[in-house]
Amino acid sequence: MNANANIPSSTSHYPSAPMAQKSESHTLSVLVDNEPGVLARVIGLFSGRGYNIESLTVSETEHAKHQSLITVVTTGTPMVIEQIKNQLDRLVPVHRVVDMTLSGRSIERELAMVKVKGKGENRVEALRLADAFRARVIDATTESFIFEITGKSEKIEQFVALMLPLGLVEVSRTGIVAIARGPDTM
Amino acid sequence: MTKETASTREMTGAEMVIQALADQGVKHLFGYPGGAVLPIYDALFAQKEVRHILVRHEQGAVHAAEGYARSTGKVGCVLVTSGPGATNAVTGLTDALCDSIPLVCITGQVPTHLIGNDAFQECDTVGITRPCTKHNYLVKRIEDLPRVLHEAFHIAASGRPGPVVVDIPKDIQFATGTYSVPKTFPHAGYHPKIKGDSAAIKAAVELMARAKKPIFYTGGGVINSGKHASQLLRELVKTTGFPITSTLMGLGAFPAADPQWLGMLGMHGTLEANMAMHDCDVMICIGARFDDRITGRIDAFSPGSKKIHIDIDPSSINKNVHVDIPIVGDCAHVLEDMLHLWKSEKKQADKKAIGDWWKQIDKWRGRKSLAYRPSNEVIKPQYAIQRLFELTKDKDTYITTEVGQHQMWAAQFYHFNEPNRWMTSGGLGTMGYGLPASVGVQLAHPKSLVIDIAGEASVQMTMQELSTAVQYRLPIKIFILNNSYMGMVRQWQELLHGSRYSESYSEALPDFVKLAEAMHAVGIRCEKPGDLDHAIKEMIEIDRPVLFDCVVDQKENCFPMIPSGKAHNEMILGDSGVSLDDAITEEGKMLV
Repeated sequence: MNANANIPSSTSHYPSAPMAQKSESHTLSVLVDNEPGVLARVIGLFSGRGYNIESLTVSETEHAKHQSLITVVTTGTPMVIEQIKNQLDRLVPVHRVVDMTLSGRSIERELAMVKVKGKGENRVEALRLADAFRARVIDATTESFIFEITGKSEKIEQFVALMLPLGLVEVSRTGIVAIARGPDTM
Repeated sequence: MTKETASTREMTGAEMVIQALADQGVKHLFGYPGGAVLPIYDALFAQKEVRHILVRHEQGAVHAAEGYARSTGKVGCVLVTSGPGATNAVTGLTDALCDSIPLVCITGQVPTHLIGNDAFQECDTVGITRPCTKHNYLVKRIEDLPRVLHEAFHIAASGRPGPVVVDIPKDIQFATGTYSVPKTFPHAGYHPKIKGDSAAIKAAVELMARAKKPIFYTGGGVINSGKHASQLLRELVKTTGFPITSTLMGLGAFPAADPQWLGMLGMHGTLEANMAMHDCDVMICIGARFDDRITGRIDAFSPGSKKIHIDIDPSSINKNVHVDIPIVGDCAHVLEDMLHLWKSEKKQADKKAIGDWWKQIDKWRGRKSLAYRPSNEVIKPQYAIQRLFELTKDKDTYITTEVGQHQMWAAQFYHFNEPNRWMTSGGLGTMGYGLPASVGVQLAHPKSLVIDIAGEASVQMTMQELSTAVQYRLPIKIFILNNSYMGMVRQWQELLHGSRYSESYSEALPDFVKLAEAMHAVGIRCEKPGDLDHAIKEMIEIDRPVLFDCVVDQKENCFPMIPSGKAHNEMILGDSGVSLDDAITEEGKMLV
């Protein structure tokens, strides 16, 4: 595959990568039966077929029906994104695949816990910024804070970047979850 | 399908396996015993409904089940043990996945409390087989077993068919539970789309009626859809008067004897089929998937055509080639709707344009792209297949193949007029497929003539299954085109690697006649064209397994072909005089 990628398509017997199309990022919601191995099937499909996973969250959402919602952020050309959706839909335990990006009416959120170590002026500045970002302090010692922050990924990225010079030592993030606006369900 | 069992009964997990097979109408089970499936073998011992066929290697069991499935349209069944039993089955499972063959493969597993413990003959069967099955299960509760077993058959056979693995730990086989045929399945979300979208079908029919240079391009999906689909395809092709070509997998869905048949397309397809694909204005793809062996150079693939694609698997659509009218559904259902619409709306093909199109096609046909130089000295492999066809065409014949040159010659020179008569490894290209597949075909069709067209290299990969054929008195005929080379490898080395035949010579070949005799089969060797007819007739008459060593020209290449890096209209022909070195670019050599 890699060897072929360098060869101009005009001489290739195999289909070459559609370079003309731009890569896009899409958030997919995948409703699955919560059974052993279901996540491995989804992840194995991505790795086996060479698709990207940028973010992945999974949890059982309907206990009575034993159904889980997997939210996966992936990148690819429109043709590849279409393939990913079709390939996911083909898996036996998959009930539905919804492209939240394509629907254009979804809300995406992520939660991060950010550990900042420091004393003096940096510590005060960290607290002040956290307040501006509506991040909560969920743990504190005399030389550290842990902030909890929720929001769009860009907001978290920005917060993390600001904390970096103020003594950021560790970040833990949930990955993106998404839901469609309005009364309709997936 | 499922026949109702009289009642709900208490039984062991092992008995449930056999009961479920019997309820699914399974007559033959291909397998090999081992520690982790002994309870199931015990349950087999006590009954007569399911007949077990003992193979010599688990790969052979899966290929035999594939042959059985493909020649009957039923689900093929396999039973193997844990660890090496399961890993040996992987090649066959992958083959079945690539070619969409319905299989249920039961694997034994170490007891549940030892799973993950690196126990003797333990392997992560569901992990290993996850990417090479349509679906798989590890059954950890006896309560789940009946539902899982029946769902496995449902999933294997419905939608786009494929192999399903059911991994059963030994303690579950011993455990006792309640067996009944389930009314519902665990996976409520599994509903393959059968009926095509009517608006898309209408648009397709409109496009077809306006077509000036149309072509049907059909594949294995038509065969998988059942005999009815082939009938409907024939009717639609007749009604429209359009030309038709097919992939390797689809041979037999449309009769090769019909004048509208252009022969197979693709890398070793006929000139007329590939040129018509390149120049067409409307392409109707039915149950095929625009595989790279078909399309050649993708950016030069049929550049001027509108494409209609009928496929039961939405992920096959727009995967390699953009299509204009996608129709997701079962071939038979969509063909029926198309045909109905064509007739009810009194559609007419453009007679004048189609007539001109046929004139053009006849010019391409006139090039006789399958021509080869005959010889009185050595047997030409093409000649051998031609004679085999002529001498067996009036019989009830099934053909299997291995993989390589002989496979392509068989596809080119053996003509199929009915579906389910041609069993070959298309997607995965598994050498060693044909011999065990012919075992499965012969079991399903005991009175028919079953021939494995083989190469001397491929056949040695699963040679041991000849013992299986002997044990069960299956009179399969293994017709080896013996050119002392891995012929297709040799051909590519000649074309691409300066005739440096690295490791492709079949050194130290066995004496196939003596080998056959040692295995209690019959061996025949033929080395002269003049003796061939007599030898083939002799082979057909013998009611025992025959290993036929047909010694052919060592240097013959398989033509015509689309060289790597070229498009459909850049084929090279056997006698075209095009130097092979000129035909393939440096970059093309990377792409074999």
